Amino acid sequence: MSEFTLNARRLLCPLPVIRTQDKVKSLQPGDILTVECTDPGVMQDIPAWCRINGHQVLETRAGDGEYVVVLEVG
Amino acid sequence: MSQQRKAVALISGGLDSMLACQTIMNQGIHVEGINFFTGFCVEGHTHAIRKQDADKVKRNNALWVAEQLGIKLHIIDIIEEYKQVLLNPKHGYGANLNPCLDCKIFMVNKAKQWMQENGFDFIITGEVVGQRPMSQRKQTMPIVAAESGADDLLVRPLSAQNLPATLPEREGWISRDKMFGFSGRSRKPQMALAKEFGFADYAQPAGGCCFLTDESYSLKLTDLWQARGKRDYDLDDIMLLKVGRHIRPRPHFKIIVAREDGEARFMSGYKKEFVSMHCASHRGPLVLIDGEVGEDDLALAGQILARYGQGRDAEQVEVTIRDRAGAERNIFVKPLPAEQIREEWFV
Repeated sequence: MSEFTLNARRLLCPLPVIRTQDKVKSLQPGDILTVECTDPGVMQDIPAWCRINGHQVLETRAGDGEYVVVLEVG
Repeated sequence: MSQQRKAVALISGGLDSMLACQTIMNQGIHVEGINFFTGFCVEGHTHAIRKQDADKVKRNNALWVAEQLGIKLHIIDIIEEYKQVLLNPKHGYGANLNPCLDCKIFMVNKAKQWMQENGFDFIITGEVVGQRPMSQRKQTMPIVAAESGADDLLVRPLSAQNLPATLPEREGWISRDKMFGFSGRSRKPQMALAKEFGFADYAQPAGGCCFLTDESYSLKLTDLWQARGKRDYDLDDIMLLKVGRHIRPRPHFKIIVAREDGEARFMSGYKKEFVSMHCASHRGPLVLIDGEVGEDDLALAGQILARYGQGRDAEQVEVTIRDRAGAERNIFVKPLPAEQIREEWFV
């Protein structure tokens, strides 16, 4: 298991989802990806994308205009 | 045992594609969704930017539809490739800069490529004969099938009974009798089918999903091309056309005035790409300046900016000018009276 970070700041949905999707394609099951964003829409969209594609959201957090989603690749 | 057939569905997030998917899934076909992001999609952006929309649900309808259906959704970034569709549409534009027929042909073609690369058997869309004035007419639907290269691998389950039989029907993968013969602009058949399928919630149907159908947006894009002397754009250009008041007081520059805090926050992310301004002595909006400007231009931009701040009735307003490198300096301007901001300046 490896940990990765994706900078998706300044991107508006669905671009953070697209970048997450593209990054996950290069990862292995069990890898952890932290996605850092500024669009609050990611708090709904990335978890929804994870649910339909078999990945698990481990944590979401928001503060100071930043929105972070941590997911485990399924 | 017969082979499990697989279909890729164009998912817009609206009701029709949702119904089309369910219709085919009910026939035992494995369906996955595909959604294309052109950069002009209305969904999400304005809600995300504008503070006044903060209470609106920020769900992405395509993802939501996929989740309701229990299918995978693949969102594809086609921003760069889409330029050729918008800039050189073979079939022309609709009422504004919307190249709907070329757009549909392009997307079905992309879906066909995806289908071939991923081992799927056919394509489905939520198109309904006669529903849209440009891309969903009886005469144009065969054009979409032919020019996309999808031909008889393109199934429109909601209108299938009005159209020639497709290969999946002829091969017996799906039954024509279990599809529909919807036509025209009425939404009643779709709403009845939604009820039958148990879909109580769905995005408001028909239209409004693309900024290119919007007259105001199209005028701003045309203005951008005229000012630059070439028809081209990048993602930042088309994002910024979605926010602020766009005012062009002189042909070689325009100013973008934030209308509220959410827009100002979004526009702040562009301070390295644009000269920006804000009021130092009073509360007022953030302004970005698009174009190469001299001192006289900056003074005029400052006067317009001051007009939109709380110092609009003051004798003078102190304005901070920030260059792209971050260096700041202040100037004093007299706010421009409302009657001197000409109507033709507003893009």
